[in-house]
Amino acid sequence: MSFLVRLPQLGAGQAWRDAARRLASHRIPADQVEWARFDQPQGLLADRPLPAGTGGHEVRASKDLIALLNSVICHSDEQAMALCYQMLLRHQQDPRAAQNPADRLTHQLHAMDKSVRRDIHKMHAFLRFRELPGSGARRRFAAWFQPQHFITERAATFFAKRFGDMDWTILTPEATITFDCGRLYFAPPPPSRPDLPEDASEALWAVYFQNIFNPARVKIAAMTSEMPRKYWKNLPETRLIPGMLADAERRVEAMRQAMPSVAPERAQRILERLAPDPMPTQPQTLEEAALVARSCARCGLCEAATQTVWGEGDATAPLMIVGEQPGDHEDLQGRPFVGPAGQVLRSQMAAAQVGPVWLTNAVKHFKFQPRGKRRLHQRPNQGEVQHCRWWLDLERRFVQPRLTVALGATAAFAVTGSAAAIRDRRGNVEAAQDGGPVLITWHPSYILRLPDVEAQQARAQLRADLTRAVEILA
Amino acid sequence: MKRGLQEKLAILADAAKYDASCASSGTTRRDSSKGGIGSAGGTGICHAYTPDGRCISLLKILMTNFCIYDCAYCINRVSSRVERARFLPDEVVTLTLEFYRRNYIEGLFLSSGIIRSPDDTMADMVRIARMLRQDHGFKGYIHLKTIPEASKELIDEAGLYADRLSINIELPQDASIRQLAPQKKPETIRAAMADVRLAREASRDRSFRGKRPARFSPAGQSTQMIVGADQATDGHILTTASRLYTGYRLSRVYYSAFSPIPDSSAALPLIKPPMMREHRLYQADWLMRFYGFDAEEITSAAPSGNLDLAVDPKLAWALAHRHSFPLDVNRASREMLLRVPGFGTRTVQRILAARRSGLLRYHDLLRIGALMKKAQPFISLPDWSPKGLTDSANLRARFAPPPEQLSLI
Repeated sequence: MSFLVRLPQLGAGQAWRDAARRLASHRIPADQVEWARFDQPQGLLADRPLPAGTGGHEVRASKDLIALLNSVICHSDEQAMALCYQMLLRHQQDPRAAQNPADRLTHQLHAMDKSVRRDIHKMHAFLRFRELPGSGARRRFAAWFQPQHFITERAATFFAKRFGDMDWTILTPEATITFDCGRLYFAPPPPSRPDLPEDASEALWAVYFQNIFNPARVKIAAMTSEMPRKYWKNLPETRLIPGMLADAERRVEAMRQAMPSVAPERAQRILERLAPDPMPTQPQTLEEAALVARSCARCGLCEAATQTVWGEGDATAPLMIVGEQPGDHEDLQGRPFVGPAGQVLRSQMAAAQVGPVWLTNAVKHFKFQPRGKRRLHQRPNQGEVQHCRWWLDLERRFVQPRLTVALGATAAFAVTGSAAAIRDRRGNVEAAQDGGPVLITWHPSYILRLPDVEAQQARAQLRADLTRAVEILA
Repeated sequence: MKRGLQEKLAILADAAKYDASCASSGTTRRDSSKGGIGSAGGTGICHAYTPDGRCISLLKILMTNFCIYDCAYCINRVSSRVERARFLPDEVVTLTLEFYRRNYIEGLFLSSGIIRSPDDTMADMVRIARMLRQDHGFKGYIHLKTIPEASKELIDEAGLYADRLSINIELPQDASIRQLAPQKKPETIRAAMADVRLAREASRDRSFRGKRPARFSPAGQSTQMIVGADQATDGHILTTASRLYTGYRLSRVYYSAFSPIPDSSAALPLIKPPMMREHRLYQADWLMRFYGFDAEEITSAAPSGNLDLAVDPKLAWALAHRHSFPLDVNRASREMLLRVPGFGTRTVQRILAARRSGLLRYHDLLRIGALMKKAQPFISLPDWSPKGLTDSANLRARFAPPPEQLSLI
């Protein structure tokens, strides 16, 4: 005995699911079921009703499988419904088959699903509303669309969510969807393609479509692969394409022929007004130095880094603390010592009750290596430190600190000129190249890299050194 | 002389056609079920395609093409004699909404020439976005091209209305920017990108009560680089791009082949746009973002500093690293599978899923959607071995297009 399931014009998805579940619960083999859509001629297919009631077998389907089948039954292929039922039966024996992309039936269903989803996507994209005359509070629109598969009902929710504050009707060969005051209504399709009134916005849209096209980059294959010709007949803009293409060559040639023209007179006036004041080559104040340093290009670091990170603090302070170079956070914010190492320094400064201070770095640009999503800090080389000393020297000349604290080897090298190992120098007071005492201590980022016990110790040493700096100045 | 809306639209759409960005995806989900108009979220929709192969997803226009800057590569520079026009804020809002209601677009991409001052210009753009969002309850996509010199307050407000902000880096090397766009400052452009990144991160931090601040530019930020207007190599371009991705968490870097512009500046060549170069850069960019390649790895296969125009960058890399192949598809790691030419991210994902159900054979891979013609020399399967193919001298020639006689013109 075989069965025939005829799906209705509206609500076909639900009807298929009900029928398939009942058939599968009786374990009716796939070859004993015939599936027909509403529009298939009755003729030879006499109705043969489904088995009564639910059968003895439980019918299971994973969430993914349900989504897949819901989509595939919209496919215009007559086999779609039968293939879906085959898959449902198969899933009862072998639940993994539906997840194996190399399986033949799964592959076939995935391909059909893709085609259906693409068609829905194209309906969302290529449907064009025209405004209808109306006098109510809500504006009224209508559209005609011819999908390839039976997708009208599935595509409707998108429009309901998007065009909530207007009333509209979408007509397709399969159904009529009306959205009226926030509710969706489904009805049988119109007998033929309706005549929709002209819409003035279409002329503006045509202007836009023609002018956003760059005639110097014609790529017709790329256009048709995304906007297949089967959709063209209902799109208002596609009839402009032949003309745009015919004119493209001429427009490009005209561009090429056109010699660079003489600038209009007002251009010169505007550019003169915009021209920046010449930068002083030898800054006379700290502010001036900071300004000029912003566009520093003395070494190659400026191009990779975001910005110059100039020192900050009290410009009259007796104490200057010099770090190595800005890190990731400092580079983004344009301020020194705001990252994790800066936090360590600032907390130790607070503990040591450090008074007014000028905080800066030996090198003013962040040096790094991009690695995945992170920028790995790289130590500046001696050349870069030498280049940047020009700025550090200026800063020191304007701030005139009575004592300098150099954090770590790079800062110590920049201030004292000695590149000797920092381990032996920490806690010592040395002489700066431009005169004045320099107290040498750990760089806080070094402390961050140490294991816990040693970090505790180094942190205490940093605090002790800062305390000593306060005492020296007292 | 007053211009009609059609005329203005023609001028200001034409002026916007050099902007490559078209994305309308990746923002927060929202729709008009609780009032207003429009929806967004998930994947964006391309509503039409023009014969240049690019999609129309957003109404991409300039607020005005008057500009006080003089960037040599730009049609709107102050020294150009191009026709000028300027939209009123109301006109931009009306166009956006009317086009949106007819399902022509996903939203608005608003850029602008700089008039009066960067702050004045940015304030007008923010006003348009505010009118759309607040006065009309517009839920569609808004992309604002920010003016890097504009004040932080304006950018902060822009980020509240816009789904995406972008700031064009314009050229891959600072020296070229200083030369070709003398009024722009590369360090200011980067600092503006850094500010957007920080503002986005701050907007994701919950307060101590678990409340989230307003979303800031939820679809991220992007930028555009012009290719072929200066002497920078692909190596320079990709290094810059990778720095921008890591430094400012950009969603996209767009590469725009320098296109001849009418009334062009004498400082630039009147060349045909290097379209293949642009295409290869996009492929390389994809390798950096989705396939775990470093900029250096990609360009190491290209000693000249420029990508091979005849074969795609992944194939070029594989040809230069044949010692890593052939790869046993049934055992190889995800990272290595991603390096096989002809295997896309989705193919790799399917291979890994299918491996759970048993050994994969040649025909399974075909069904899964791998481009086997490309993959053949680089993989081995129970029923396929490339034998000498991997090391054969003419392997590149199998993939490169046949040599062509150079055109004499």
